[in-house]
Amino acid sequence: MITPGFGIYIHWPFCLSKCPYCDFNSHAAQAMDHGRWRAALLAELNHFADETVGRTPTSIFFGGGTPSLMAPETVGALVAAVKSRWVSAPELEVTLEANPTSVEADRFRAFRDAGINRLSLGVQALDADSLAFLGRRHSVDEALAALKLAQATFPRVSFDLIYSRPGQTETHWRAELARALDLAGEHLSLYQLTVEDGTAFAPAQARGDFVLPGEDEAAAQFEATQEMCGKAGLPAYEISNHARPGAECRHNLTYWTGGEWLGIGPGAHGRFGGEALAQIRSPGPWLAQVERNGHATETRHRLAPAERRSELVLMGLRLRTGLDPALLAEVRPALDPSGLARMIEDGFLVEDSQGLRTTPAGRLVLNAVLGKLLA
Amino acid sequence: MTKLSHIRNFSIVAHIDHGKSTLADRLIQACGAIEARDMKEQMLDSMDIERERGITIKAQTVRLEYKAKDGKTYQLNLMDTPGHVDFAYEVSRSLAACEGSLLVVDASQGVEAQTLANVYHALDAGHEVVPVLNKIDLPAAEPERVKQQIEDVIGLDTSDAVMISAKTGIGIGDVLEALVNRLPCPEGDVDAPLQALLVDSWYDPYLGVIILVRIKNGVLKKGQKIRMMATEAAYQVDSCGYFTPKLVQTTELRPGEMGFFTAAIKAVADTKVGDTVTDDRKPADTPLPGFKPSVPVVWCGLFPIDAADYEDLRDSLAKLRLNDASFQYEPETSAALGFGFRCGFLGLLHLEIIQERLEREFNLDLITTAPSVVYRVHKTNGEMEELHNPADMPDPARIDHMEEPWIKATIMVPDEYLGPVLTLCTERRGQQIDLTYAGSRAMAVYKLPLNEVVFDFYDRLKSISRGYASFDYEVDSYAQSDLVKVSILVNAEPVDALSFVVHRANAESRGRGICTRLKELIPRQMFQIAIQAAIGGRIVARESISALRKDVTAKCYGGDASRKRKLLDKQKEGKKRMRQFGKVEIPQSAFLAALKMGDS
Repeated sequence: MITPGFGIYIHWPFCLSKCPYCDFNSHAAQAMDHGRWRAALLAELNHFADETVGRTPTSIFFGGGTPSLMAPETVGALVAAVKSRWVSAPELEVTLEANPTSVEADRFRAFRDAGINRLSLGVQALDADSLAFLGRRHSVDEALAALKLAQATFPRVSFDLIYSRPGQTETHWRAELARALDLAGEHLSLYQLTVEDGTAFAPAQARGDFVLPGEDEAAAQFEATQEMCGKAGLPAYEISNHARPGAECRHNLTYWTGGEWLGIGPGAHGRFGGEALAQIRSPGPWLAQVERNGHATETRHRLAPAERRSELVLMGLRLRTGLDPALLAEVRPALDPSGLARMIEDGFLVEDSQGLRTTPAGRLVLNAVLGKLLA
Repeated sequence: MTKLSHIRNFSIVAHIDHGKSTLADRLIQACGAIEARDMKEQMLDSMDIERERGITIKAQTVRLEYKAKDGKTYQLNLMDTPGHVDFAYEVSRSLAACEGSLLVVDASQGVEAQTLANVYHALDAGHEVVPVLNKIDLPAAEPERVKQQIEDVIGLDTSDAVMISAKTGIGIGDVLEALVNRLPCPEGDVDAPLQALLVDSWYDPYLGVIILVRIKNGVLKKGQKIRMMATEAAYQVDSCGYFTPKLVQTTELRPGEMGFFTAAIKAVADTKVGDTVTDDRKPADTPLPGFKPSVPVVWCGLFPIDAADYEDLRDSLAKLRLNDASFQYEPETSAALGFGFRCGFLGLLHLEIIQERLEREFNLDLITTAPSVVYRVHKTNGEMEELHNPADMPDPARIDHMEEPWIKATIMVPDEYLGPVLTLCTERRGQQIDLTYAGSRAMAVYKLPLNEVVFDFYDRLKSISRGYASFDYEVDSYAQSDLVKVSILVNAEPVDALSFVVHRANAESRGRGICTRLKELIPRQMFQIAIQAAIGGRIVARESISALRKDVTAKCYGGDASRKRKLLDKQKEGKKRMRQFGKVEIPQSAFLAALKMGDS
């Protein structure tokens, strides 16, 4: 059983350029006042530290945006602040998301010295055309060099790929994934490309500039991914995340198992003390508000039991292990008994002494399963 | 009191958008019946739907005082009549209340099919018809061509046609003079027993049912006990009067006059358009001619999207019927759609109007099933039953033969579109009765089965003629026909609300069409879905929807929890708009599609 944990998420909202598929809270910016941002992130962290005295942090996650563009001193100061304000778990996981450009790779050592012990690299694709399509600023060679350096620098390294790209076939993806598995250490995040509203891809797709592989093709590629990663010893522990047993991302498990987390920085979301919090999304107003008030919480409300249960189900069923018996007992009132019975009968879910989880068939159509379950 | 010789009763015959309402507004203004500050566009169209669609649903009258050039003051009664074919009977009763009509034709557009039908109704009613060419100020106006067309098509002398622009007010005085000088005055005997033609009635929340009448003979007085000759119901007159359009009360209505009365009548259903109102103590020997009870010709099912709205729907239908006795409803249950009502209408427009009023005025979300006509089923045991709902069709073994209603349709179309229009009529089993030309416009008269017309005929006609064809019809007669019921099966179970009755020759193609449409409209689900069309036990068309393969969201981290939860809640809301059928969820749009389906 996974203990829920207490994670600290820190959002760095800036990138050198905005990728066309990205719907995260990120903004292209060349220069910012690193001193002010460091002070503001520290201020918000300290504000929440006062509210969460006595908890035991299990992870810190620097996400973005492109947090590898942060000054290493900022990262160091924030890690140090966590360690001084709480008593952390001995195996505290500290992840930084990074882009594999040479500029950022030059700072890997400084990030390690700042306390980062796990690096997540946004490699995204292993051929030049795809990288150009995805709007990435690095070359394949740069990415491979960055990956090699990261593996030599950090105890734990993961990288991301985006597959089911326009024109990509199962054969092509299998070849690309085989290369990735050769390069991979303990962890891979493999996302199927989806076009989200508000991204540059959305109008391009609407205009017909590109066509994504159809549902059947995408399903075949997903299944190929499960098969190949399983054989390579990195089975999926979540829909898009693969790891050697024991090398799962501690921080993300906190989200999927109903743990508590703090969200620091523009647009970050938090869950603790039975409440849901969201910080001001836009970087400028967030900064101004923190400088005025010490924090920039925009919304904060108590999660109703029904809301908490829905979240536990929709997050928990993403894990291969699903909802453990304790969580299942908690969410039971939210489940539609006839929907649950049908999903089990039709082979999309399994319920036993280990709890409730999806079958491989159920994982592919999880949204539909959730629709039946939470009817 | 106005002498008979100083009364003129008239109606206005016009196609939609040819300017009927604007002309009425101008006449009201010119006679000073209403202050300029109280004037709003289209005074007589009081319902929102009437204003928006430019159609008149309820008959309205307005009494105008006009001082003519001869120095005398005349009482002009303008009767605004429903212009649409669905209300042909109501139109004929309105026309029977007048002695003359203004035929308003757009000087750039010319005569349309609907105008034609109504002008014939007016001529049949013995009207003096005064041609009025409107919009003569427009650059595209071709008054001489349109005059010629009126002479060719209708056979009316247009040498004295009045040229106007209702919008700018040109020629309004000429219209008023023409009314006085060219229309006959009404006739009637003030001493004879009361005979008043019931032209329309509606429900007013303060006054109860208001009845619009034209006095033919005798006098209708406040306090008088009256009797409806068809329904034999008797009432005491509480009040009477007329509209200017404001309501004005008087003590009596005399021969030749139009006006209203109230008599503590609770429901419009108790009053029948075309009935004769007489004096209960001194009744007339015979009613006025031409009365017939109105009979719905098109039926469809109305179901609330949210089952919880059933009671609201029932109450709303009851309220609407207070005001419109020509539609009927009865409870209906459907395995697919739950509890609802089977409703009968005078035609497709009438159906649309009622549906729109339910959704708009009563705030109900409805599923409307495909409209069906009334079939006569002659059973082997010699009984005949009228079939309003395909779901109720008896077992074919018990049917000797069936009859379906036919209509006589008049279509006017520019000749470059005539070919496709004739093809459409033939595809819909039409029989040509007449084909004539007037200038570059063709007029085709066809006999057509009504069930082919309720099946998206009008939409198709509009699209193949790029909107230029105009269409009108009257119900003709019943004729024997080789009809079959096509059932639609979803995963082998029949969906009653999708079944329809069709001529055997068209059964397969229509069944195939609906299967194809449903395949597009039913979203992939977690299992394969088979859609079949069947006649009896024989499958005539099939399609299948393969199972959903993948829908899982790629990324879901801490910041996504709230958004995903809200998305699921929204899905849950959306589910209310889906109908569960066995395991299959069928979206409401699928039921609407059966209504709108094109030939594909």
